Amino acid sequence: MWKLLQIELFKIFKRPRTYIAFGAIAAVVFLIQIALKFDGKSYIDLLLSNLKDSFDFNDDFKLDLLNGYLICFVILNTLLIQMPLLVALISGDSIAGEANMGTLRLSLTKPISRTQYMLVKFLASVIYTVALLVWMAILALFGSMLIFGTNDMVVLRSEGIEQIKSFDVMWRYFAAFGYAAVALTTVSALSFLLSVFAENSIGPIIATMSIVIVFTILSEMNIPIYDQTVKPYLFTSHMVAWKGFFYVKADAEGTTINGSIENLPAIMRSLSILLIYIGLFFGSAVWVFRKKDILT
Amino acid sequence: MKQRTSRRWSWKIVLLLLGIPLLSGYKAAGPTAEEVIASVRAKLDKVNDYEANGKMKTNVVFIKAPIAKVKVYFKKPDKLRINNESGISFIPKGSVNINLNNIFLNGTGSFDIIDVGTEAGTNLRIIKLLPKDENSDVVLSTLYIDESQSLIRKAKTTTKDNGTYELEMTYGKYAEYGLADKVIFSFNTKDYKLPKGITFDYDDGSKKEQDPNKLKNKKGKVEIVYSEYSINKGVPDTVFR
Repeated sequence: MWKLLQIELFKIFKRPRTYIAFGAIAAVVFLIQIALKFDGKSYIDLLLSNLKDSFDFNDDFKLDLLNGYLICFVILNTLLIQMPLLVALISGDSIAGEANMGTLRLSLTKPISRTQYMLVKFLASVIYTVALLVWMAILALFGSMLIFGTNDMVVLRSEGIEQIKSFDVMWRYFAAFGYAAVALTTVSALSFLLSVFAENSIGPIIATMSIVIVFTILSEMNIPIYDQTVKPYLFTSHMVAWKGFFYVKADAEGTTINGSIENLPAIMRSLSILLIYIGLFFGSAVWVFRKKDILT
Repeated sequence: MKQRTSRRWSWKIVLLLLGIPLLSGYKAAGPTAEEVIASVRAKLDKVNDYEANGKMKTNVVFIKAPIAKVKVYFKKPDKLRINNESGISFIPKGSVNINLNNIFLNGTGSFDIIDVGTEAGTNLRIIKLLPKDENSDVVLSTLYIDESQSLIRKAKTTTKDNGTYELEMTYGKYAEYGLADKVIFSFNTKDYKLPKGITFDYDDGSKKEQDPNKLKNKKGKVEIVYSEYSINKGVPDTVFR
């Protein structure tokens, strides 16, 4: 099985289109970094516009605020919404691509079970997803730290501002990237499931993106009828829970408690829901694949 | 007969007691408001500049911020800078008013002094300063002064554009310069809100407590506890840029 995984990884990383995702991430990260390096103050002015009557924001303050930690948060906020497409490019192609090339039947002549075959395929997709995230972490987090330096991190929420001491930030990023890996694996699992039904990879990729877009819109809309009925069950509502690691507790006087997380049980609940989705999508994919007539 | 004599004596004593203050004029009623202000100013005027280390706590309804190590620089007449030594701090507008010299910036002739008397309980002298200049941003300053030490314990400044600032001072070893060991600066804050389309907040499903008093409380507070001052040692102008 290990050998099979190596072969799958070789196949994934041998294809030029695999690197489109890496290139796209690098391009977006650099574009955001360049924009914020040269015009970050305008961005900060925009974000803090309704506080300018109460607080003094001099240029030093803005430069301190625009540190690597904040830049990485902005990049993650932007990119993690687009990344499902990049993940679906590989996992959507996983089974459907083999079927399209006519190699699926041949692959299954090897002395391994269909479950093992599916497991290896899915594992390879997960490794690709993690590799994408590591690449993003290197560019967005470490790259931004190098370009913008480090300082306290300020997280701007719709109804409040969270400030985290610089020494208390790094572990939150590791936790957030870990969580993002699970979130993107959910998309990967969905795409993988859809891939089982298709004979070419375009269908599962587009279907995955359509589902993610519709669910994301539903998750972000604040309409009471959806808030209590649909939203809590959509995996897209829980994909943004990585941000929860940057929401901190404060004492009665509003002083940040170092090392705290505002609502860890909620993050854990979201994580569990995503893991259930992964299990459900992957389990269904295996179940369907085992019963499927492989004709190509 | 004996009873009548003692009654006459007691009347004499009462008249004598009433007469002493009248004979000695107003001196016994304590210094005038102008004199109190002059003695407070004299104390504050001893300081030309200072550099102080302290810890700053920000208490604003919509901000969660850690306690910050700050350096406060002051230089006459009105330069003040609060620098966070190891991070970021949200510095409220009007924080220049934590320097009490600012109240008397345009000289004692620039405002009318109104003596309101003493505050019940604390015995602090309440003096209001009304700027003569109609275009002045400050509309009214109310000072609560400890007459015995010539120290301003509380100050309320009402401005045209930026609401009301309040200062509460606790003095210690730098009292002789009129410099506080602890300053609580209260200021008005406006609502903070960013569109969810920008922040993409994670909704953890928990119901946010809607404390009506908390929402009504539009006052922010900044508390600075000073550990040490370096007074009249010179502060370069570059610090204030």
